[in-house]
Amino acid sequence: MKTVYFDNNATTCVAPEVTEVMIPFFKEYWGNPSSMHYFGGQVRKHIEEARGKVASLIGADPSEIVFTSCGSESDNMAINGAVEASGAGTRIITSRVEHPAVQGPCRHLRDQGFHLTEIGVDSAGILDMAELRESLLEGPVFASLMWANNETGVIFPIEEISQMIKSAGGVIHTDAVQAAGKLPIDVSKVPVDMLSISGHKLHAPKGIGALYIRKGTKLNTFMLGGHQENGRRAGTENVPYIVGLGKACEMAAAGLKDENRIATLRDKLENGLLKACPDTMVNGDRKNRLPNTSNISFQYIEGEAILYHLSDLGICASSGSACTSGSLEPSHVIRAMGIPFTAAHGSIRFSLSRYNTEEDVDYVIENMPPIVDRLRKLSPFV
Amino acid sequence: MWDYTDKVLDHFKNPRNVGAIENPDGVGEVGSLACGDALKLTFKLGEDKRIADAKFKTFGCASAIASSSALTEIIKGMTLDEASNVTNLDIAEFLGGLPEQKMHCSVMGREALEVAIKNHYTGDTSKKILEGKVICTCFGITEEEIEHVVRENNLTTVEEVTNYCKAGGGCGKCLPDIQAVIDRVQAEINKQTDSPKPAKMTIIERIRLIEETMDREIRPLLKQDGGDLELIDVSGNKVVISFRGMCAKCQIAEFTMKDVVEAKLREFVSADIVVEEDK
Repeated sequence: MKTVYFDNNATTCVAPEVTEVMIPFFKEYWGNPSSMHYFGGQVRKHIEEARGKVASLIGADPSEIVFTSCGSESDNMAINGAVEASGAGTRIITSRVEHPAVQGPCRHLRDQGFHLTEIGVDSAGILDMAELRESLLEGPVFASLMWANNETGVIFPIEEISQMIKSAGGVIHTDAVQAAGKLPIDVSKVPVDMLSISGHKLHAPKGIGALYIRKGTKLNTFMLGGHQENGRRAGTENVPYIVGLGKACEMAAAGLKDENRIATLRDKLENGLLKACPDTMVNGDRKNRLPNTSNISFQYIEGEAILYHLSDLGICASSGSACTSGSLEPSHVIRAMGIPFTAAHGSIRFSLSRYNTEEDVDYVIENMPPIVDRLRKLSPFV
Repeated sequence: MWDYTDKVLDHFKNPRNVGAIENPDGVGEVGSLACGDALKLTFKLGEDKRIADAKFKTFGCASAIASSSALTEIIKGMTLDEASNVTNLDIAEFLGGLPEQKMHCSVMGREALEVAIKNHYTGDTSKKILEGKVICTCFGITEEEIEHVVRENNLTTVEEVTNYCKAGGGCGKCLPDIQAVIDRVQAEINKQTDSPKPAKMTIIERIRLIEETMDREIRPLLKQDGGDLELIDVSGNKVVISFRGMCAKCQIAEFTMKDVVEAKLREFVSADIVVEEDK
């Protein structure tokens, strides 16, 4: 069966070029980069090369990049490290639509006694800037606000946000796991203090991520016991994956111009589905979105049931419905937007990559309407 | 993906008895869009007073659709007396089992059947009849319903109750109330089986029980105000704790300690416990 993969915000395929550059570091150059002999030492320069490539994807200095094991680690490191370093009395600001890797550590800190404000969004997923401005009036803050949302693709005005936080004397981290490689990012223009990247969202393998830490940012280290990464994260470097992430970032930087093509495919898919299936709606601000993401609600039917039928046809997507998460309520993002329950349970996210083709899009547009019809025939609400 | 049995997948992909019977002898509607699943069951009786036909319409996930399909297959040919004895476990068993978190789908089937039979006898057409105290306001689950699933499935934890009937799966405010229902029903079940009193606890069992009680009974209350506590020492009937988070700075911590910590430990561990704060 042919696989049509439209779940790239969950994970992406490893680019063949990435796999290729990684292999020598399993087979030949497996030394420890910290060793005093040539065999280990020769590996060091490849790590630094990769660091340079990650840095140039986001306009950073290589010394500001720390390799981590994943996006979630980057988020945890930034949030816990910065709040701990800034001490008691720090107010934490985040949004109601953050990824659990941000929401989790922020709420954990709240449980330990820190004050936490979760800023709301409107029905299009746009951040309430007035609420944010207000929350900056009392005392020093640490903010963690995402660059782009994983479920809807909605982009926060992170440049404006970070300027606001900085002029209020705060520290700001942004989860750019979905944005990196899909949108131009330049930390020399956007004054964020920290920024998280995940390898497997941009065609590197799972198990590698990075955190950008602007020079001068106060951050407590949470992984102790080694001098690696300038003492900011102990542990022998995951060399093959670091090299792979470097290659993937290099390709992403070169491929940013390709994002227009992806947006065109996404729009064709979205418009095709809206036209072919009645009672559907797009979730999130259509004007200000990641080029690859479309979140559509199919009213009166349930997401898990849709996904199982799609899966039988080799089509991979995901849903914000309650049943797919094992929880009983629809996704926190969809709920924060106040999407009616009739639509929330039937929300399906299609997320594309540069490997998708027009045939993929046509295949979904052709196969979706019968599935929707079938489930609506079962639905007591139609 | 869920670990569905082949039978669940078969009934999901090829649901039996889809639709609505015209002029039915019984109709039962349960659930709602807000809950994420809903089922409308209709049945017709034959001349022999047995269910001659049953049809369903369901909004919900794969296992909700499969459970509804299974329900209609199970009840066809039954008298209403027989049908009223069908439990959610019968539905789950018919399907070769359901994942634990999906057991509420089978409960929805049993509820719809209950409402449909009631509708047959009384003509009552209200969707789901909420009788008694509503405990879970997010999903509209009554005390009676929670008691029903606890008893029928011998549930012992709040998490299980949530899996079976959704109660407690929303805002979480009702979790202590659900625990109270479980405790009451389980106490009744234990009384019936007349289990012997547990022997005197060892110190390890005692510490474990204290920690369990702290986790289940005390922490959730303190966390509502951003606080926490830690067990420092246990010797004899003396329990030493230390407050964390907001509780550590709280002016009325002394009150919290006596009225919450000590009271709960006396209730669930032993009546002679004295709690002291390690400052």
